[in-house]
Amino acid sequence: MSMPPILSIMIFLPLVCALMVALVRGENGDEAIVEKNIKHLTLFSTIFVFVFALFMYHNFSTTAQGFQFEEKAQWLASLGINYHLGVDGISVFFVLLSAFLMPICVLASWNSVKVRVKEYMIAFLVLESFMIGTFTSLDAVLFYVFFEGVLIPMYLIIGIWGGPRRVYASYKFFLYTLLGSVLMLIALMFMAVKAGTTDIPELAAHGFGFGVQKWLWLAFFASFAVKMPMWPVHTWLPDAHVEAPTAGSVILAGVLLKMGGYGFLRFSLPVLPEASVYFAPMVLWLSVIAIVYTSLVALVQEDMKKLIAYSSVAHMGFVTLGIFSFTQQGIDGAIFQMISHGIISSALFLCVGVVYDRLHTREIGRYGGLVKNMPNYAVVFMIFMLGSVGLPGTSGFVGEFLSLLGTFRADTLVAFVATSGVVLGAAYMLVLYRRVIFGPQEHKDAAAMVDLNPIEKGIFLPLVLLVFYLGIYPSVVTEKYALPVKKIVETYENVKVPLMSEEAITPKENMKKEGGHE
Amino acid sequence: MNNGDITPLVPELFMALIAMGFLLVGVVQGNRATSVLSWAACATMLITASLTMNVGWETRTILDGMLVFDEFSAVMKLIVLLGMVFSLALSVQYIYLERIARFEYPVLVMLAGVGMMLMLSANNMLSLYMSLELQSLSLYVLAAFHRNSLRSAEAASKYFILGALSSGMLLFGISLIYGFTGSLDFYVIRDSLSGLSKIPPGFTVGMVFVLAAIAFKISAVPFHMWTPDVYQGSPTSVTALFAIVPKVAALGLLTRLLFVPFSPAILQWTQILYFLALASMVLGAFAGIAQSNIKRLFAYSSIGNMGYVLIALVAGNAQGVGAMMVFMVIYVFMTAGVFAIVLHMRRGGLAVERIDDLAGMSSYSPVLAYAMAVLMFSMSGIPPLAGFFGKFFVFQAAVAQGYYILAVLGIVASVVAAYYYLRIIKVMFFSEPADAFDVGMGLGARTVLLISLAFTLLFIAKPAMLYDPILSAAGSLFAVAG
Repeated sequence: MSMPPILSIMIFLPLVCALMVALVRGENGDEAIVEKNIKHLTLFSTIFVFVFALFMYHNFSTTAQGFQFEEKAQWLASLGINYHLGVDGISVFFVLLSAFLMPICVLASWNSVKVRVKEYMIAFLVLESFMIGTFTSLDAVLFYVFFEGVLIPMYLIIGIWGGPRRVYASYKFFLYTLLGSVLMLIALMFMAVKAGTTDIPELAAHGFGFGVQKWLWLAFFASFAVKMPMWPVHTWLPDAHVEAPTAGSVILAGVLLKMGGYGFLRFSLPVLPEASVYFAPMVLWLSVIAIVYTSLVALVQEDMKKLIAYSSVAHMGFVTLGIFSFTQQGIDGAIFQMISHGIISSALFLCVGVVYDRLHTREIGRYGGLVKNMPNYAVVFMIFMLGSVGLPGTSGFVGEFLSLLGTFRADTLVAFVATSGVVLGAAYMLVLYRRVIFGPQEHKDAAAMVDLNPIEKGIFLPLVLLVFYLGIYPSVVTEKYALPVKKIVETYENVKVPLMSEEAITPKENMKKEGGHE
Repeated sequence: MNNGDITPLVPELFMALIAMGFLLVGVVQGNRATSVLSWAACATMLITASLTMNVGWETRTILDGMLVFDEFSAVMKLIVLLGMVFSLALSVQYIYLERIARFEYPVLVMLAGVGMMLMLSANNMLSLYMSLELQSLSLYVLAAFHRNSLRSAEAASKYFILGALSSGMLLFGISLIYGFTGSLDFYVIRDSLSGLSKIPPGFTVGMVFVLAAIAFKISAVPFHMWTPDVYQGSPTSVTALFAIVPKVAALGLLTRLLFVPFSPAILQWTQILYFLALASMVLGAFAGIAQSNIKRLFAYSSIGNMGYVLIALVAGNAQGVGAMMVFMVIYVFMTAGVFAIVLHMRRGGLAVERIDDLAGMSSYSPVLAYAMAVLMFSMSGIPPLAGFFGKFFVFQAAVAQGYYILAVLGIVASVVAAYYYLRIIKVMFFSEPADAFDVGMGLGARTVLLISLAFTLLFIAKPAMLYDPILSAAGSLFAVAG
């Protein structure tokens, strides 16, 4: 192929830039200039990566089967592990989303990060590299390396630049997600041993026995459910969001949460179909609980970031609903919901960041009547608020509608209960908006805040456009991932959960082997 | 068998002779020579390493089967020599600052090194015992090297008494094995056992004693009691040596014992190792949480790491042995880097060793703090750092042999252990800064740290470069064992 190795470039370019940033030195210790150079260098490189991502998107073929832009190189061949990259219609959007949010994060941190700017930018560049790596890996071990590697920069971002309870939050984030993902690692090793390869497409073709599948599925679920996060393992998310700096929250909500949903689509569904069907009712009900419960919790929050964090858990509930409905609409909706949530929740965290930078509090009661002194802000906030509620015409509507439609076909009762989450979602977002933007101006300092500055306007503009663009013309997205989704759905038309098949005995045999040595 | 030919032994002989030569230099020059001798010792060990590379790696026994030389022993010796060079390079500045720079220091380190190299080639219970004692006696003296410090003396006597106990167990076990198999030679023991339909119980008892003695050397639970105290009491440079090297040698010895003379009793020893591995991982992970002294913390960390390594041996095949070796290489590199920083911790002319003494290190020496953070993330097994691959290979070997429960428990223990590694990062980055450390880092420590970091960060680029040759070296052990 004459194409340049564009995926590798997108993974390694940020790392190279991180190295360059690390080497930036000032003469005579002029810190201000050093910081300025670092910020420009980082912004430039993230934009550059985004341009590459657009180039990839532009050359992406909607009709081609399988993976595109594939790259393969020997890595640990003796264990069947290779450096294998590629994107399909699903992952192409997550790569694009990661690359798109990065320059926004850099801009959002332009003035708000004042200490250790160099390290901060390096952490974000490394994070970008790992995120893109996660979404483009076609080798399970490579995927795991990136998936888990994300913890390092994120731990530091929360822990160093976070709020007052950052230490607690960073620990919780790290240990929760680590515990989930190490179980996945064991499952990966098992699959590697049984299938003799860690190549994801080959694993999907391998076909594991049902008894084994159940264990593997649970191990993967442990990892992705924590990352997603699903109820009841979501408790790290509100803490992490509240303490993380604005840009950290943006990446956390915008990209990291999507790794869970992406993992379900990349591993659980194609590789373990019978087990997925077997466990689907559990996932559906957990999602419903997440939607209703976290929406109710969001209603009573006094902290803006915490409220949006809980709303994220609820929105992710729609994603898992859609994925485990195994219908074309459901999965379409789930992917769309992830993309849309990546934009809207990022934007909402940026909105919180705007007022936080001015008043240094996230308490809802400390604001009020902002529409008077910050009219532009009120408009922007309203757009994203309505997007989050799922107003038709915004991207939030399409995702929720499609995933509920798919769920309705799979399980009517679940869909019925889940729909109440839409109402609750409107309730908490509107309450938030009313208390922050409308109402009397009770606090002088809040009333004295200035409106959006040019950088902030520049940040919000593309996000606003995207929310409307995707809301009005969703098929620009859905048609790209139509083929891979169709492939998944087709496998599920024939999947039957064996009641008592031969293979169901396999884990017991393994246990016996294990027991023999004990 | 080519009994008169001692060419494979040249590296060990070379090192022993040079060590004795250094002793003579020391007698004439006194303690003034310490620094020169230390660097010369590093150079000697590097030369020894290159000799080891060149003696030919085909399997040979010499001196009536007393010693065996194969790919496995050669690679393990290289790892040991690397660790020795690291620990000696780290200690030069430290022993001067602590005013314990006496010329015996490098000589003892070298003699311990000779002992370890012979341990790795031991093919007879007698040569095993001799070489083990050579390294142990050198290490006992090193533990007491801070002779004016009460703690150092306490550590040394504790180490010596428990070490003597374990030697006693070893000898008792050897005598039982001799009684039931009629030989001390590894091959003969193996062959006489594999002819039997059932392993004699007396032999099993003897094997348990031998394994217990070796478990003491690698500080596997429940034979770990000495480790935290000795690590804490010894001069930190010696702690670094303890943490980096002797375990590699003892593991190599253990591996040869398990897969050559004890190989017919694999069902018996697997159970023992299973327990040792599990207990070490769990204790290492949980006991480390409560520590406030950084040397004790790394003592528990090393106990936990021994647990992971033993998992690889439980797997009982060439893949497991290969995983053990790669794990140890990575462990040697990481630990050397960690101790470069621990040795750097000095305030007011004294070594400080509480974890809280690292507080806010990122603000006064950011580069070192980030280096330490990388090493800590690596030790907790987070990709893309080298430590992840060490654990990956080990657990992969266990999973491939169907030890799922052991692998799951091990990996859960590694998450628990991640807590205390993270705590070090937390203290360095998230806590209020204290005063800066006294002095700059010595050249030796800086070089070691740089190598260690480069290895930790870049291992991911070409893991096969290390894994594939080591796997073949591990295979050589099995080719002999048949």
